[in-house]
Parts: sequence; structure tokens; C-alpha cells
Amino acid sequence: MKVSVDEDKCCGAGSCVLAAPDVFDQRDEDGVVVLLDPEPAGHLHAAVREAADVCPAAAITLAVTLGERT
Amino acid sequence: MALGDTDHELLYPIPSPAALEPPAQWAELRQGCPVAHVRLPSGDRASLLTRYDDVKQVLSDPRFTRNLDAPDAARIAANESGGVFNSGLGNALPEEHHQQWRRMVGKWFTAKRMTALRPGIEAMAERLVDGMVASGAPADLKAALGFPLPVWVICDMLGVPESDRDRFAYWSNTLLSLTRYTQAEIDAAQAEFAGYMSAHIAATRAEPGDDLISELIAAAAGAGHVMPDEALLATSQGLLVAGHETTANMIGKMVGMLLADRTRWDALVADPSLVRTAVEEALRADANPGFGIPRYITEDVEVGGAVVPRGTTVVCNLAAANRDEDAFADAAGMDLARTPNAHLAFGAGAHSCLGQSLARTELQAVLDVLLRRLPTLELAVPAAELERVDGLVVGGLRELPVRW
Repeated sequence: MKVSVDEDKCCGAGSCVLAAPDVFDQRDEDGVVVLLDPEPAGHLHAAVREAADVCPAAAITLAVTLGERT
Repeated sequence: MALGDTDHELLYPIPSPAALEPPAQWAELRQGCPVAHVRLPSGDRASLLTRYDDVKQVLSDPRFTRNLDAPDAARIAANESGGVFNSGLGNALPEEHHQQWRRMVGKWFTAKRMTALRPGIEAMAERLVDGMVASGAPADLKAALGFPLPVWVICDMLGVPESDRDRFAYWSNTLLSLTRYTQAEIDAAQAEFAGYMSAHIAATRAEPGDDLISELIAAAAGAGHVMPDEALLATSQGLLVAGHETTANMIGKMVGMLLADRTRWDALVADPSLVRTAVEEALRADANPGFGIPRYITEDVEVGGAVVPRGTTVVCNLAAANRDEDAFADAAGMDLARTPNAHLAFGAGAHSCLGQSLARTELQAVLDVLLRRLPTLELAVPAAELERVDGLVVGGLRELPVRW
């Protein structure tokens, strides 16, 4: 799984940090998303998918790598 | 001719049969009339959206603006000014300034900061529960806990002293009125609030503290300009009207929904790790969140397979969207472990609720404290006898009688 974030779209809601704190953080100065791990390990995938699903600004994009289960 | 057709105009908001239940018309509209013609309390017309996909699309599309003071935009409220949605302070900043403002204030609402605030919020909730328990059962949980807690939190954030919390509660209540207060009362509350905050802002400039106002003043100074009083006033008022009544009512409704079916409360007592997802599910299932989110368009846009003409005011009914069976399995029920739960209770897109992480933190803190302190909590009246508050932009229960 490859994760990417769109800082322009990000509205700083912080729901990704709550869902997947190992993968997402927020900048202290404005709350914009920080991607800690663009290729998270398998055990984090469910949390990352939840983060992408609940992002109010649709600022998180997931690309599934070849051969990976979705 | 069907519900919501041009010839069969609905009055909006649509009344509900029971305090915690949605009106039956929502399901009919989602199914048969996703863009419905409605008449607002002001008498003006608007288009009502009830489907999840449509509501999410509109809220995420900047062509649907917040410019409800456009000459042909619908006025919402029955009173002269149109209420908070049509007021000057409720008006839209230009999009580029909105993002700047949002990011400046956003640092106050990061997940990390919320984690830091959580113990303080739990301590406030403990103190309020102590007071409720000391007065004895039955008690009104809304008055004893739900209503004071968020205003305490906001007053703390603004650096407002404890002794002024009651005045803030009154102003907040009045500024959100659709029909309950007269225009004169609303204007007076607005003026009093502005007067109080102007003095408070001046005092904060002279003697900065560890609060949001001080922080905004310092951030502007760091960037080489002066944060105008009007911007600080608008921010304070925004926090109060957006963050008080909404969360206060949600505390009452959440606890009400969880107690209305005792198996829900018992499940949480048995496994408090469900608190996070239970809060999200209560937000989704809330059938009475209030008016919804109005938007105004200046060009023709397709929504739900129909063209919505320019000049239309659309009203996004978040609660109807949150009960859309096409978006949520068993949408009418409550699944306290539902994951993911991409509900729209906080809106969507660039203007989705700025304070959503704070609201979540307050709701989780309240629920944690109640489960710990009062595991035997129960409704003191049958759920069917709970009553709604009318006349406010934000929906809630009149009171939540409980015993333990």
C-alpha cells in the first residue's frame, strides 16, 4: 500500500491521527497533515483505510501495490 | 405528484414524531425526491438534499458557497435579520483567507493538543458529575453536565474567567435562535457579547496569557501585522456558537440514545474501549442535529441526476444523509463498533467542522466519566416521553431526566 496526502485539501480535522497515529501526524503550527509512513506495514492497513475513509476533505489517497489484497 | 415536487412543497424543518427518531419523510425523500422543494421558516424557498452522496458532493464543492447574503439567496429564519446564518459574522471569508484563518486557528485543534486537553476536560466532567450526584436523583443530565461542560471548555480556551461562564451560555443560546427570541433580544445579546469580548481582547493585548486570543495576537505579530479586533471577535463568536450548543445538545442526545436501549449502555460498561466508536455512531445516528447546512450557488450544477439552477439555496440535511442505507449498512440501527464510520455530522470538505476533534474529545471524556462514575445510570422517564427543543439552529432534548 502506498499512501499520499494532499496538504492543500487538508482541513486539519485530525481524524487520520486518531485512526492511524503510526502513519499520520499534524504540523504543530497549523494542524496540516504530516505523512509519517508512506508505505505502512500490513498490520496498519486497516487503520490507514479507515483514516482515508473518514477524512472529511478526502485528502488521503491510497494506491494498492501489485499482488496486495485490497 | 410526490413529496417535495414543485407542486407539493414541504415545510422545513420537517417535524419529527419522537425526540430521538427521524421523520418518516426523510426515507421517502432519499428514495423518491433527492432534490426536494421546501419552504423555510422565513417563507423563502430552498432545495433540500437528503442523500449521503449528494450532501457530501455539495459540501465538498466550493461552487456551493456560504454567501447567504446574496440578494436572491434564501433567508433562513423568521426574524428580521435571518438569524445567525445570514448575519455579518456568519458570512463567508473569501476562500483564500478562509484557509489562512483556518490554519491559524487549526493549531488549537490538533489531535495532539486534544490529547493534552483531555485530562482537564475529564476533570471538569468529574466536577459536574459530583454536583449532579450531590443534588440527588432524579437529575436533568443536560442541565447538570451537558450544557455547562462545553461552555467551560470554550471559556478556558478564550481565557474568560469562570465567573462569566453563565453569561456566555446565555449569549450562545440567544445568538443561535431561529424563533425563540425576539430580534431585539438577539441584537441585545450580540451587542453585549461584542462589548464583553472587546474589553476582554483589549485586556488580553495588554496582558497576554495562555489562551487562543493571546496566541492569535502573537501569531499575527510574528508575521509582522496586527490581528484586528474584528477578526478576534468573529473567531470568539464562531467558537461559542459553533462549539457550545452543538456539543451540549450532543451530550444529552448521545446519553439519551445509549440509555433508550439499555443493552447499548451495558455493552459500554462491559467494554469501555468501545467509547471512541460509540461516540461516532451516536453522531451518525443523531436524528435531531438541527437545521442542516445551507449553501448558495451562482451557476447551474448537477446534483443527484438533476440540474440545480444558479441562484438556488440548497439545504444539506446531514442527519438524513447519515441514515442513507446506500452509505451505511443497517443505517437505522446503532452499531457501537461501526468502523469505518464516515458520517457527515461535522460536514465535509474545506469547511467541515473546525472543532470536530474538540467535540469528539468532549463527548469521549463525558462518556468515559459517566461509565466509570455512574454505571447504573438510566432514564428516569420512558424514552418516548423525551422532548425536543424547538426554535434553535441546533437540535437537542429539552431535558434528559436520569437516575442511577
